[in-house]
Amino acid sequence: MTNSPFTPGIAPARLDAQTLASNFADLHGPLDAHEALVAADRCYFCHDAPCITACPTSIDIPLFIRQIATGTPEAAAKTIFDQNILGGMCARVCPTETLCEEACVREAAEGKPVEIGRLQRYATDTLMAAGVHPYVRAAATGKRVAVVGAGPAGLACAHRLAMQGHDITIFDARPKGGGLNEYGIAYYKAVGGFAGSEVDWLLKIGGITMETGKALGRDITLDGLRDDFDAVFLGMGLAGVNALSAEGEARAGVSDAVGFISDLRQASDLTTLPVGRNVVVIGGGMTAIDAAVQSKLLGAENVTILYRRGRDAMPASRYEQDLAASKGVRFVFDAMPVAILGNGAVTGVRVEYTRSEGKSLVGTGETFEIPADQVLKAIGQALQGAPGGLEITGGKIAVSDVGRTSLPGVWAGGDCAAGGEDLTVTAVAEGRDAAMDIHAALTHGIP
Amino acid sequence: MADLTSDFLGIKSPNPFWLASAPPTDKEYNVVRAFKAGWGGVVWKTLGEAGPPVVNVNGPRYGAIWGADRRLLGLNNIELITDRPLEVNLREIKQVKRDWPDRAMIVSIMVPCEEAAWKAILPLVEETGADGIELNFGCPHGMSERGMGSAVGQVPEYIEMVARWCKQNTRMPVIVKLTPNITDIRYPARAARRGGADAVSLINTISSITSVNLETFSPEPSIDGKGSHGGYCGPAVKPIALNMVAEIARDAETRGMPISGIGGVTTWRDAAEFLALGAGNVQVCTAAMTYGFKIVEEMKSGLSQYLDGHGMSLSDLIGRAVPNVTDWQYLNLNYVTKARIDQDACIKCGRCYAACEDTSHQAISMSPDRVFEVMDDECVACNLCVNVCPVEGCITMEEMPAGAMDPRTGKPVDPAYANWTTHPNNPATIKAAE
Repeated sequence: MTNSPFTPGIAPARLDAQTLASNFADLHGPLDAHEALVAADRCYFCHDAPCITACPTSIDIPLFIRQIATGTPEAAAKTIFDQNILGGMCARVCPTETLCEEACVREAAEGKPVEIGRLQRYATDTLMAAGVHPYVRAAATGKRVAVVGAGPAGLACAHRLAMQGHDITIFDARPKGGGLNEYGIAYYKAVGGFAGSEVDWLLKIGGITMETGKALGRDITLDGLRDDFDAVFLGMGLAGVNALSAEGEARAGVSDAVGFISDLRQASDLTTLPVGRNVVVIGGGMTAIDAAVQSKLLGAENVTILYRRGRDAMPASRYEQDLAASKGVRFVFDAMPVAILGNGAVTGVRVEYTRSEGKSLVGTGETFEIPADQVLKAIGQALQGAPGGLEITGGKIAVSDVGRTSLPGVWAGGDCAAGGEDLTVTAVAEGRDAAMDIHAALTHGIP
Repeated sequence: MADLTSDFLGIKSPNPFWLASAPPTDKEYNVVRAFKAGWGGVVWKTLGEAGPPVVNVNGPRYGAIWGADRRLLGLNNIELITDRPLEVNLREIKQVKRDWPDRAMIVSIMVPCEEAAWKAILPLVEETGADGIELNFGCPHGMSERGMGSAVGQVPEYIEMVARWCKQNTRMPVIVKLTPNITDIRYPARAARRGGADAVSLINTISSITSVNLETFSPEPSIDGKGSHGGYCGPAVKPIALNMVAEIARDAETRGMPISGIGGVTTWRDAAEFLALGAGNVQVCTAAMTYGFKIVEEMKSGLSQYLDGHGMSLSDLIGRAVPNVTDWQYLNLNYVTKARIDQDACIKCGRCYAACEDTSHQAISMSPDRVFEVMDDECVACNLCVNVCPVEGCITMEEMPAGAMDPRTGKPVDPAYANWTTHPNNPATIKAAE
């Protein structure tokens, strides 16, 4: 170990390899068989259960938990995958505390919900570990569908279409499939190359061709896809990153949190990853939390999350905030960066407190400075390079409730499409539902 | 602290918690540990006649069922009576009784249904200084195939005969242990009384198969791929035992006969329920086998706290619920209740709704925002919603006051007691000539 948390500037190997391995191990380890039985037994098997309603993919949670409780986790996994083919990843990354587990009646009763996420992981891991793919394709239809983006929306759409007997080609700009599951999730939430193995498992359905390194607008065009395929699904996510409105944004040491997270996920050796001694993360979503926590785990001495509004307005859940706080991340609320300080490289951030004035946020005039040698921007992503002709609303592709865009034969879902939260599980639901609409259109013609 | 001193058939023990005749009381080592732990007495594991002892299987002896978190709910066993030589058991019994004179020492006996066999063993037991004997007419497995155990307990005439032999051949109080593997427990209890027995103890274990291995298709516990029915015990059998104790306690022919209550006693509360239904003391086995002897501490403190809290002595408790056990035909048909859901306590799981809607009387409504309410015009007060609700006290049964209109029947609640024997729908009701 050549460096320490106190090494100035941006430096790798602030912690030894063993500590890093421990820091980035599975955040919530898998339940063992007995733990799963105990956890499953807490489910009340509610009538018309609130957890199902809270799940964007409407997984029959009481049923799958009962299947675990009765010793058939494989059947439980099938119940999950029927609704959500990426149930394995969702079990790891879903903000269950704001979805199913928040709705759990035991959360209301005693503040301790059934551990739905961990039980889902137990079931899906069991089936996937057996190397079994539980679905077979319907008879070939001869119809071909192009899916742009191999993230959760595209994968869910492709799998569901393949089940119906259609032939799918997925195009993705990156070298690997998985989308944000592969590039955008905190390291410790999907350890062991899970995102990649989940894609491999999903593709076992057959009938899906993956073409990576193919970006829409660069290597392929929407018009070309519409000519070559019977239908097109757009699920390419949000490739653009929002910019700060603070001076000095171009200084060395200022970068996008998504890139930082992506580099971390793809790193083969965590000791080679540089991180600042004093890191400031700007933003209030999951990307901000993931970047801040991982900076701390890499060995940064001080990590601060700067959020322009109050704690309650923060998009990241209280659970995630507490996780970050437990790792030593400091939160500064109601404050915005007004200047990135430094001479060449960043040395600090000048921050101004904010207050709400009507619908807008204004500075109070009171400022202070936070030392920083690394600044990570996590203030949101934006749709980039959307093909012409598509109606855009609120910066995203306008879609119907089943994902139809303004162009005939073109559907969209996931983060690039308007509506719904930008969550893996929401993207899966949108991809799946669009697939069923595409299937109906290919089978019966678009009404 | 309430005085828990127990007097059962004149046998004194510092508390009413005895260990039942079973593996925990098979030898001096275990019994001494039990007495050190505070148990009031033991019924020494059943002795057989002199000669080569019985043998046990060399594979598993117990099967089980479990509840949440692998909590043991029911245990079954295929172990036979003691497989140690008679003289060893007698020597140890004598030693332990000498060392622990304040504790009850009862000896369980099972010998063939011949007077000579009983005449032979009774003096040997008496010589140990034991306080009493318990006749094992209950074990449903193994020994019953040889004409002993429940094979005797299922024939009231044999019970009477053997009890009489024992009373004629020993000064020791005689307790007859009854098998529940019979249609009506009152018949063997009456037979015991006719034979002169001083008391009955019940229940022994229930014939059972706890599970089947779905890979090997052998019943559990499996002995080389085969299984035999065992004797079931533990928390799961308590309701059966309570009923049988109560039946004997209130039967005209056996009323007043001392009863030692056995069957799933796991906590002080279980014990108190047996005592309230007429048991003079209780015997425990499965709870001790599950948790060890220390549980008696909780039983003593809990019963003591309960008695103090209610200003009762132990004898006040014994039999206190017996007058309230009656036949269905005497239940008050004019007692009307309705389910009430405490909306503040409700966690909106909807189990009451599913139970009522799917399997009962469609008397609970569910709103789009998951508010569950009882419809009094449909509620027959079956209590199923109370039983399936996971929140204790959330749903209760509220008595309708006399004179109030029952929306289900459209009739006012009659203040008078009225039962089936006088109900107009009862075909047996004799009407005056018109």
